[in-house]
Amino acid sequence: MGMNYTFDWGVLWRQPYGIWLLQGIWLTLKIGFIAWIIALFLGIMIGTLRVTPWRWLRFVATAYTELFRNIPFLVQLFFWYYAGPMIFGEHIGREINQILGLNYYVSIFALGLYTASRVAEHMRAGFASINKEQYQAVLSTGMTYYQMYRYVIIPYALRIIIPPITTEFLTIFKNSSIAMTIGVAELTFMSYRIDAETFHGLEATTGAMLIYLLLGLTVVRLMGIIEAKFKIPGMIGRQ
Amino acid sequence: MMFDAVARNLPFLMGGFLVTLQLTFWALAGGIALGIMVGLGRISRSKWIYQPVTVYVNFVRNMPLILVIFWFYFVMPIFAGRPLNPFLSAVISFIIFEATYFGEIFRAGYQSISRDLIHAAYSTGLTYSQTARYILIPLAFRRMLPSLITQSIVTFQDTSLAFVIGVQEFVRRTSIVDNLEVRSIQLFGFVAIVFFVFCFIGSKISLHFEGKARKSGIL
Repeated sequence: MGMNYTFDWGVLWRQPYGIWLLQGIWLTLKIGFIAWIIALFLGIMIGTLRVTPWRWLRFVATAYTELFRNIPFLVQLFFWYYAGPMIFGEHIGREINQILGLNYYVSIFALGLYTASRVAEHMRAGFASINKEQYQAVLSTGMTYYQMYRYVIIPYALRIIIPPITTEFLTIFKNSSIAMTIGVAELTFMSYRIDAETFHGLEATTGAMLIYLLLGLTVVRLMGIIEAKFKIPGMIGRQ
Repeated sequence: MMFDAVARNLPFLMGGFLVTLQLTFWALAGGIALGIMVGLGRISRSKWIYQPVTVYVNFVRNMPLILVIFWFYFVMPIFAGRPLNPFLSAVISFIIFEATYFGEIFRAGYQSISRDLIHAAYSTGLTYSQTARYILIPLAFRRMLPSLITQSIVTFQDTSLAFVIGVQEFVRRTSIVDNLEVRSIQLFGFVAIVFFVFCFIGSKISLHFEGKARKSGIL
């Protein structure tokens, strides 16, 4: 050991730091959940477009996934936050920049769009694992194309992709930490802020790590229950 | 001019990109080397090896990378006795973090080798080292290659997070320039394009090898 460092674990509960951490957890959960709803809706839609018979829709959906997957999320976040408002022109851009809590909204929006591309990719893989004969069997029952997707193929694919989607759901909470770079006071931001005030960032970040671990374990437990309920026998064999 | 602010600051920005490449190189070199060992640990029959490695992998994979970067940034001075330079601190964080992801790829690669294949190789008269050298390693490598390339692209993107401890990589330098020039659309658009081109090509290369492996029936 080099420096004489005295641990002070009190920064995890002493006020105001304890409250800061709780506020951080709340914001992390809020950003993660709301962005997740956007990601699911958009991701399922785009993933489905990628397997439709219409070439142009397929192209748009593929372009979306490629674009959002191949740019670091930090860069996307900065682009939406700093450049986004300016897309509407100098005047309106300045108005948008006045919005209170803009960084919070932008981080949800950016995280939702980014995660949607990942959900879409899993969705495509889910569709790919469905037998081609199944499509013909469904159509031969007299269902229309729309009905086939709505009642058979999409529910089927959704159940197949539950395990990778679980991982994605975990990842969205981890990625929400990047929102700290535009000043959103979520959990990681708060642990860093405690360091700025007390120089006990090691204890604060260690505490934050344990909270993320707890969050991760809870999500895995929760999704395990959902997975067991919805799994298609013989299709996903995870114990 | 559409990219006037980029053009004015091109040497400075490209210097940042060079730092990004350096970060990526060290993160990959260290992450893959440690990942090979992590992968071995994960299939070890000794619980004294298997358990700690598994705890390490599961713990780190639940962490946001940004927090791991901060943690090492705070813990390093305690061991070193002096503040560590941010570049080195970031590289260490990346190695510890990415090794868990590479480790799982290697574990899957090792486990994909069937016992029957090894026995078949022995029965042709090959020795253990010949079996490993001519059959097992090339086969596992070709199976893992697509995932390894994909994870390398992820690592390349992840290095942008060194931003948070002030490493002057590509994104940090872009935001420095943006503070002076206030040309956010073109500056962050430029960074996005550069990352996109590299990662897109990388993902196509990964797909190419995946297709090849599929065609020869080893995937």
